[in-house]
Amino acid sequence: MPDSTSKKPPRPKTPRQPMPEQPAEVRIDNFDEVPSGYTPELAVTEALRCLLCKKPRCVAGCPVNIDIPGFIKLIQERKFDEAARKIKEENALPAICGRVCPQEDQCEKVCVLGVKGEPVAIGRLERFVADCERAHGDVRLPKCAPPTGRKVAVVGAGPAGLTVAGDLVLLGHKVTIFEALHKPGGVLMYGIPQFRLPKEIVEAEVQYLTQLGVELVTDFVVGKLDSVDELLAQGFDAVFIGTGAGLPMFMNIPGENLVGVYSANEYLTRSNLMKAYLFPEYDTPTIRRKTVVVVGGGNVAMDAARTARRLGAQVTIVYRRSRAEMPARIEEIEHAEQEGIGFELLTNPTRILGNDQRQVVGIECLRMELGEPDDSGRRRPVPVDGSEFVIDVDTVVMALGNKPNPLVPQTTAGLEVSRWGTIVADEQTMQTSKPGVFAGGDIVSGAATVILAMGQAKIAAKAMHEYLNTLPPGKDRQG
Amino acid sequence: MFRIVEKTEPVPNTHLVTIEAPKVAAKCQPGQFVIVMVDDRSERVPLSLADWDAQAGTLTVPVFEVGRSSRKIAMLQTGDHLAHLIGPLGRPFPIAKHGTVVCAGGCYGLAAIYPIARAMKQAGNRVVCVLEARSHYLYYQHDRLAEVADELLFATIDGSRDRKGHACDVLSDMLAQKRSMDFVVAVGCPFMMMLCGDATRSAAVPTWACLNPIIVDGTGMCGACRVTVAGQTRFACVDGPFFDAHQVDWDELFHRQAAYLGDEVQAVGQTDAPLHPHHHH
Repeated sequence: MPDSTSKKPPRPKTPRQPMPEQPAEVRIDNFDEVPSGYTPELAVTEALRCLLCKKPRCVAGCPVNIDIPGFIKLIQERKFDEAARKIKEENALPAICGRVCPQEDQCEKVCVLGVKGEPVAIGRLERFVADCERAHGDVRLPKCAPPTGRKVAVVGAGPAGLTVAGDLVLLGHKVTIFEALHKPGGVLMYGIPQFRLPKEIVEAEVQYLTQLGVELVTDFVVGKLDSVDELLAQGFDAVFIGTGAGLPMFMNIPGENLVGVYSANEYLTRSNLMKAYLFPEYDTPTIRRKTVVVVGGGNVAMDAARTARRLGAQVTIVYRRSRAEMPARIEEIEHAEQEGIGFELLTNPTRILGNDQRQVVGIECLRMELGEPDDSGRRRPVPVDGSEFVIDVDTVVMALGNKPNPLVPQTTAGLEVSRWGTIVADEQTMQTSKPGVFAGGDIVSGAATVILAMGQAKIAAKAMHEYLNTLPPGKDRQG
Repeated sequence: MFRIVEKTEPVPNTHLVTIEAPKVAAKCQPGQFVIVMVDDRSERVPLSLADWDAQAGTLTVPVFEVGRSSRKIAMLQTGDHLAHLIGPLGRPFPIAKHGTVVCAGGCYGLAAIYPIARAMKQAGNRVVCVLEARSHYLYYQHDRLAEVADELLFATIDGSRDRKGHACDVLSDMLAQKRSMDFVVAVGCPFMMMLCGDATRSAAVPTWACLNPIIVDGTGMCGACRVTVAGQTRFACVDGPFFDAHQVDWDELFHRQAAYLGDEVQAVGQTDAPLHPHHHH
């Protein structure tokens, strides 16, 4: 790196440290995590690149406002476990966030080193200290505030619900999480694959919350068992709804119900939650097929494609815009490319072809070209007439995004819902139209990221704490 | 954990499992189903409700042994525990006074039709139960149905009891004899339900079938249970499980149900469980 005569910022001498990772040709045959994480030496080297800015822009760039220079300074001093505890002051789930946050759009995007060079690898460092603490088996529990006597119900054990629970239990409230599936974690469990987020890590972070005193009830579908109103009537003083965006979208093209067409949710749930990749050791049948097309360009599409690759398939991603418009993280796209996944860009499916057994045999697509920018600011894809062609496949995975799950909104009286089916909540407090009921995550924002859900959850937790403090003593509750 | 308080095998390969699940039992309504997992490695298996008892805190499900996962449940005994039970799921079946309601049951539906027959009777309908089995010794639960039905009619495929043929043949007979039939509900294998719909189509008798596609999560999250009804894609787990039998794309359902047969055969070979070819007539 050329030296500079300017006084500040001082130019770092060391380059950003990469994480060691499994070579592509090895990892396509296993479900182990792709990067193995920093060694202590790599972590310290990377941490020493940090300028420990007095007015850190990274903290403002973090949706949960972690004291980033604070924890990096502790890594510089080789106080790894203390660094983890520093993060946990703001974020109960650092091993998860270190892996799945889009840091390049958040803390690292505004890092001052990034102006002329590469930003500090904040996410990798977060992951490193969280893993360190867990590996040392020295996970310390912060002191919870004295019991307030207030009871909170959290609906959904995904990123938002877990965050709210973690914050409120520390403030002395009694928290119960109700989860519909048989395991907690939400999208962290059913959606994000093992090779990107090992399920043992999710389990460890959930266990941390239960050690703090959070009660977890699985197999409980709020709205089918007790409704939100019934929970309130049973003595919960406040409710947080974090039920996510769990309703898969399809294209409504012919052939979408053929055998071999999956929503990404189903495909990933089978593999991640039900562990179909370990069939018949686990009972949910395998989804091993020979040729797979994944439709979509987001992180979920990359997850589905890379899962299919590991199950032995030849995989092609079909996306209607160009690579530049792909919503997936660059890192995920690069990983997919390294793993030999093909990309048919500027391509849009028109129908799925089946045989007389109603099984998928091909997908007919149309070439697209980019026209004028649309509402999202991205250039609108326009079909090229007569450009139809067929890709021969036995499996199609639709990764087109999700809509909010309507179950809780439909069964809760007086809850305002937008025309997209999301719950309407005040941005400053995440308070819904119903007194005592707060919401956050994808059920409010549509379909976004883990960390944005956690950011909203932190806002909600703060407002819920204030709300609970204003309640008159005793069981009385307004509304 | 959910304790099995009673398990019987009233006829070969069909089991009635009564499970302690007080919260779920307090909420069950006719037409709903539950999902069970024997252990943390099991499939999530959807099962129709045969009955429930809110006071005792129990519910009963019929389990028809058809492959690996149903066999795993069938092997449990009274006193054993299920790792997971989730429910009640699906929309309750709308109960109304129609006049004469025919409740057709076959296979696991001999048990699962009961809550609907009972509710239809309580709503003031004349209830006729039409029961189908391969042979006379394969009926069960008909004594319970007799308590709520005004009339019980039997069809056996081998002709060993009453009408030789299927439930649909009894429906056709009734229509030919101009007997009153205002509403039909069918619960059984898809083939049986499709034929019931075929039998009532020309007479335009409203006929509802309990669809049983492959289900994974059961809360609308995955879409594995997609069915086409009146040209529209519906999720059986949250939009159903009951749909208009005259409008269902049955051929699609047959094929989607069979999607994992090859995998199942492979797994059955490895776990030494019996495979029963399911209702191909």
